[in-house]
Amino acid sequence: MLSISNLGVTFTQYDQGLRRKQLAVITDLDLDVKAGEVVAVVGASGSGKSLLAHALLGILPENAALSGTMRFKGEILTPERCRALRGKTIALIPQSIGYLDPLMTVGGQVQRVAQLAGRAKAEASASVSKTFARYNLSETVRDRYPFQLSGGMARRVLVSTAVVTQAQLVIADEPTPGLHPDVVVETLNHLRELAVEGRGVILITHDIEAALQIADRVAVFYAGTTVEIAAAKDFLSGNLRHPYTQALWRSLPQNEFIPVPGNQPSPEQLPVGCLFSDRCDWVSETCTAERPQLRELRSGWVRCVHAKG
Amino acid sequence: MRIKALLIGATIFAAQKLLRLGLLLIAVAVFTFVLLSLSPIDPVKAYIGADMMQISPEQQALIAERWGLDQPIWSRFLDWLGQLLQGNMGTSLVFNQPVSQVIALRFQASLQMLAIAWFLSGLLGLGLGIIAGALQGRWIDRLIRLYAYTLASSPTFWVALLLLIVFAVSFKVAPICCAAPPGVLSGNVTFWQHLHHLLLPAVALSIIGIANITLHTRQKLIDVLHSDYVLFAQAQGESLWNIIRYHGFRNILLPAITLQFASLSELFGGSVLVEQVFAYPGLGEATVQAALRSDIPLLVGIVFFSALFVYTGNTLADLAYPLIDPRIQLGGQRSL
Repeated sequence: MLSISNLGVTFTQYDQGLRRKQLAVITDLDLDVKAGEVVAVVGASGSGKSLLAHALLGILPENAALSGTMRFKGEILTPERCRALRGKTIALIPQSIGYLDPLMTVGGQVQRVAQLAGRAKAEASASVSKTFARYNLSETVRDRYPFQLSGGMARRVLVSTAVVTQAQLVIADEPTPGLHPDVVVETLNHLRELAVEGRGVILITHDIEAALQIADRVAVFYAGTTVEIAAAKDFLSGNLRHPYTQALWRSLPQNEFIPVPGNQPSPEQLPVGCLFSDRCDWVSETCTAERPQLRELRSGWVRCVHAKG
Repeated sequence: MRIKALLIGATIFAAQKLLRLGLLLIAVAVFTFVLLSLSPIDPVKAYIGADMMQISPEQQALIAERWGLDQPIWSRFLDWLGQLLQGNMGTSLVFNQPVSQVIALRFQASLQMLAIAWFLSGLLGLGLGIIAGALQGRWIDRLIRLYAYTLASSPTFWVALLLLIVFAVSFKVAPICCAAPPGVLSGNVTFWQHLHHLLLPAVALSIIGIANITLHTRQKLIDVLHSDYVLFAQAQGESLWNIIRYHGFRNILLPAITLQFASLSELFGGSVLVEQVFAYPGLGEATVQAALRSDIPLLVGIVFFSALFVYTGNTLADLAYPLIDPRIQLGGQRSL
């Protein structure tokens, strides 16, 4: 349904003295999503997860330049096509209730989303009723303002915004942090349901555990690039390919709880070779000379020359 | 439950407001009285005026005694406050009429001008601010900002003079002064003549408010357009102007209303200058006359009236908040 290859996002900034500066925040990013599947995108902050969502929706700031190709249903996603598809075929589930207008009733806002997706007013209203009923939100919730919702209700309202559009691709941006464990499970189940209905779901998160509960595949981002795409079961069976993914997995509390030393390279000073080379135990001259290509390995994908079959 | 909470909130709000109004008026009374007592104006001289030479010092002392001017300041103050509480604001020396009557009459004339100026500055300010904020950085935004900065830094009386020179002297489309054509009885002035005389002073007055409201609205709209909820609206495919219609407008309305009602005091102050330039017989012009001719009762009356006027404006703004933002409740109570 969606395939992204070699996506690059570069910001042009002006330094002191009007010196132009190029910030490569995303380089060589690859991802593919099929209908009916949940693909989790995991990575630390600054790894380009949210920017990927913004690029897909065409809501990057004006000083951003795109390179590489994004295809949706086989056709290239140009900025114009992004604008035409967003809110109709591609929908975003935002991070928090802060993404709703504080001065508009939630019913009004969800109805507006339905209308933007191309429904007539009455039909939109009916679809809001249906969706709210599906998520156990009573009719009175429609007249409430965002500040009057509980955490769980807020999540269900946000999921409703994607459901009323009948979008085929749903991007959930960090839907779980700061929530009660029950609400996390509930939210994840709602996302899984969306995939069962035949939609493609991209789950953007830094919480690997949450991702593994519902994802079919996991794409690991590092400093704006895809280092590995693995099946969810590969994590538990130890079938991981990239040293960063392995280190990330080891750093979880229930595993060895060993932190990954060092930091992601800054987009101002990206290394010439592999982006992970300065933190990698396997590093060799080939790694620092040029960027490795993404290659298929053990029915997954990895961007590392040393990973063995 | 909800209605009961609302009633309690409204009662607390009204009680707080009345208490504050009382304190404010007492403070205004004390300050005005003390300042005027210390001023070089001699009430006896101001009362007698040009006939001063014909009145002997003994007679002057007699008047002073009759007025209680030989009493200590606090006893005079209490005396005066007692009269004021009974609604007696005294008689204007300049107009030879009760102060309350002068203020009522003059304010009627000013009110229309203030109202037109207020609506004009509010609407134009909001409109220009929205256009500038939505098209931030474009040439139209630069143009509006240049206009706003220029207006903000020009003195009102100078703008008023300029308008007079252009529209009344050069183009001769507006009258040069007053509230009605000269030589016409006030009963015979038509509505259009009235409006004709009102418009130029009102426009001059509105110019004070426009710049302020434009620049604040622009900044607030820029903040709103960079908010998360606008980003989400963009992700839903909402266009810029619809974002402003559905999300921007309501969110910038609150600061705009605060400003709009706060600008009442500036308008009131501005009317003093503008009415002087246009020789418009309103309350502002009466203020100047009262001050120049030592008409203490009228001056004090106007001070009280303007305090009340500005306070009412701010209270109206407070009342408007909960209508726009459901998170704000009268009396400081939050509903959940």
